[in-house]
Amino acid sequence: MSGAEPKVTLDLALASGLTGEEYDRIIRRLGREPTFTELGLFSALWSEHCAYKHSRIFLRGLPTAGPAVLQGPGENAGIVDLGGDLALAFKIESHNHPSFIEPFQGAATGVGGILRDIFTMGARPIAVLDSLRFGPAQDPRSRRLIEGVVSGISWYGNCFGVPNLGGEVGFAPEYAGNPIVNAMAVGLVSKTRIFRARAEGPGNPVFYVGAKTGRDGIHGATMASATFDEGAEERRPTVQVGDPFTEKLLLEACLEAMETGAVLGIQDMGAAGLACACSEMPARASMGMEVELSSVPQRETGMTPYEIMLSESQERMLLVAARGREEEVRRVFAKWELDAVQIGQVTDDGTLRVRMNGAVVAEVPVKALTDEAPVYDKPTAPPGWQDALAAFDPLTLPAPSDCSETLVTLLGSPGIASKAWVYRQYDQQVGINSLVMPGSDAGILRIKGTGKAVAVTTDCNARFVYLDPRAGAAMALAEAARNLAVSGARPLALTDCLNFGSPERPEILWQFKEAVAGIAEACRALDIPVVGGNVSFYNETLGQAILPTPVIGMAGLIDEAERRRTQWFEQEGDRIALLGPPAVSLGGSEYLWVMHGKMAGGLAPLNLQLERRVHEACRAAIAAGLLRSAHDCSEGGLAVAVAESCVSGPRAIGAAVELPDDGRRLDLALFGEGPSRVVVSMRPEAERHFERLMGEFALPWTWLGRVGGEAVNVRRGGETILSVPLEKLDHAWRHGFERHVA
Amino acid sequence: MNFGVVVFPGTWSDCDFHYVISEVLRQPVRYVWHRDRQLDDFDCLILPGGFSYGDYLRAGAVAGRSPVVEALPEFVAKGGLVLGSCNGFQILCEAKILPGALMRNECLQYRCQSTHLRVENAETPFTRLMRPGQILKMPISHGEGKFYADPETLRRLRDQKQIVFRYCAEDGRVVKEANPNGSLDNVAGVINEEGTVLGLMPHPERASENAMGGTDGLLIFHSLLGSLVEDGSFLKR
Repeated sequence: MSGAEPKVTLDLALASGLTGEEYDRIIRRLGREPTFTELGLFSALWSEHCAYKHSRIFLRGLPTAGPAVLQGPGENAGIVDLGGDLALAFKIESHNHPSFIEPFQGAATGVGGILRDIFTMGARPIAVLDSLRFGPAQDPRSRRLIEGVVSGISWYGNCFGVPNLGGEVGFAPEYAGNPIVNAMAVGLVSKTRIFRARAEGPGNPVFYVGAKTGRDGIHGATMASATFDEGAEERRPTVQVGDPFTEKLLLEACLEAMETGAVLGIQDMGAAGLACACSEMPARASMGMEVELSSVPQRETGMTPYEIMLSESQERMLLVAARGREEEVRRVFAKWELDAVQIGQVTDDGTLRVRMNGAVVAEVPVKALTDEAPVYDKPTAPPGWQDALAAFDPLTLPAPSDCSETLVTLLGSPGIASKAWVYRQYDQQVGINSLVMPGSDAGILRIKGTGKAVAVTTDCNARFVYLDPRAGAAMALAEAARNLAVSGARPLALTDCLNFGSPERPEILWQFKEAVAGIAEACRALDIPVVGGNVSFYNETLGQAILPTPVIGMAGLIDEAERRRTQWFEQEGDRIALLGPPAVSLGGSEYLWVMHGKMAGGLAPLNLQLERRVHEACRAAIAAGLLRSAHDCSEGGLAVAVAESCVSGPRAIGAAVELPDDGRRLDLALFGEGPSRVVVSMRPEAERHFERLMGEFALPWTWLGRVGGEAVNVRRGGETILSVPLEKLDHAWRHGFERHVA
Repeated sequence: MNFGVVVFPGTWSDCDFHYVISEVLRQPVRYVWHRDRQLDDFDCLILPGGFSYGDYLRAGAVAGRSPVVEALPEFVAKGGLVLGSCNGFQILCEAKILPGALMRNECLQYRCQSTHLRVENAETPFTRLMRPGQILKMPISHGEGKFYADPETLRRLRDQKQIVFRYCAEDGRVVKEANPNGSLDNVAGVINEEGTVLGLMPHPERASENAMGGTDGLLIFHSLLGSLVEDGSFLKR
């Protein structure tokens, strides 16, 4: 063993993020003190980020199987069947911690990491989405983060050449010290060419391919597994630096190398870099691996084995090739002017053996690093604030004096206003597949040569999750599925990015447990399996945790691309209807937050069976060609949904709506939020057919009014309760985000 | 008509041009690697969008000195046509095959959006099926598309009708509000003196199918196809 390394002590172990108990466990497992490099391996692989040690026990409850699932969780990305020879790979991942420390590079490398997860599976990325949360928009620190994060995503995705098809941007004070940056990527792969991150076959060569290794990002995984204090900026060196150009070359080279048939397995070097790839790949195949670190391409001198193993330099892959076919791999990477160096081979002894200039610096059973990582069943307890929050009755607040002004304010609020300021910085069309670009409920991509299309979305209303983690998380899933349904798509599977505070606090872990249970319930009720995801804990700064934010990324299939729908009204004289139940609440609503600065109250009930029927009815109506538009009714309630349908299309168009005279307070009727609701429009000739169809699905629904005019008018009981000129609404919606943020 | 689509490391509109030419236009097309100098097989070469060589240094700066681009003047002299879109336009300017330069967008941000273009010269092999003053809809996607030329060059470009497209409003007015990147004189596309090399920032390949929101981009391709006269030579303007 190398003599130049520091002596490993308990203090050193604690400083590297392990607990005393975990350190003892390592000594027991190895039968000796770990070397310095070995300690590094354990600290990275046993970090929350890599080992999911606090979450694993809960995640087991998620349904992961289904008829369309070709690859569930546990690989770089999940894969679902699109029919024929094609399959869709997709996954979402967080890059919250790095993005807080260095927003531009943090967000950029988040996109880079998730893209590599897709093309390691053999898939060509066809879209990315980004789900973002920041502190209050008027806070200059939030604005700095937004600008940095958006330009980082823009830079990486645009240069790489992948269109951005959607996402979300939300604001709440709880994110001020911990923004959320979740990136989802989607790729297309031939079913016969799916690659997995497995190191099979003793004696097969292990190749390092891609960019050179530097000292950047060392301990990134450990950093992402701790809360922040005031010195967070000092951790800037733990943030990786991205190079999308190299990633683009890596993509082309990897796909070309895979075409040769010489590649057997491949894994992205993301969190914990070589340490993770060199242990996970053999572990999945019950093999071992030997590597010689002096062979690793390096861009700095004097790097220690510890640094080389833990570096999170970007745009690198570990690849296992078939013995005797090394030259084919080398030739492809040489064409793309990238390094491809054999650094070791697969062994059959189940051990990861790391050498530096021939001397062994680490020798650890791969299972000890991976499968045997600790799993915790830590205490959970509902937070003390939960009951009081739920008991608050929003109707004790005064009703608005002018609902028209309220609608204008809501439509121009940063959470609801058009996000064009964000997505016009992203390429949305490269690949020429984008049938529906950002700005509708879901992004839609055609699958060339098939007549089919894929719809993608991300969703989470974190206020709902905060007020009721179980129902709120189920609602996030329901909303994602609804966004696909209103686009005409059938959900195939989902990927989740579970962003929470510190799991070491029982109330946070309770939020997590409840949210996962809610997701599991909704998965079962709607028949949508989970095929992958990511847990991001420790989103806390100075003791302030973020709102629990389980972001749901979902992909669905549209059998006939022509039968897709968008959210905006298109034609004067069309009839408007509301599908779904009348039940709404102001609890946790956008209205309550924007107009009263409050986040409290109970949520409207979620009936998952009804939710499912709404989706089915929506898809059936779209497939039958009845609908001209369909829009999920979510943040801001019915009034905002109608107004969005008026102003978000290529041409603004008015609407006249008549609400049922049910005696509810106006703010509740107009701005109350509830699940399972969809605003649709259709040609008048489609009315009868539509009524019959709704009858078949035994759905609660009601006619609302007509498209047309120069204003949004809402009447109830013969009285006008809201009337806003179209131009005013359009202006508020179009410029609201920029006014608050830029 | 034999098309070649040039691929630099970092090019990403190559597949899109290839798709439109082969699947929409049903014309023969092949990729051309950036190291190739042998271009005799082609009638028209396309320099597509992307970030060639990462656009490090300046957009198009490295690609402008690559083997394939060094071979372009001879290809053009022999009667070949060249269409550079987005990064391709930047490369042609960097190689001084086209006049002027493309600078960082005035807003200092990347812009991906739909734009309208007014046809200023309908007598080129790329625009002969268009009407002078016709308004086309075509998307842009770039961070460095602000056209600049010194006053003398700009005057010459105007006099010789080398400005082929200008950004305009939906109704055809060439106004500041319709200029997405701060281009001098709203210039969106220019052609060389001989009328054989066209560069434009917008993406015609993204406007070649109804499913993608419009087919105005096809007019460029159809103009090109119409320009190849029967004896295999090109119709000069």
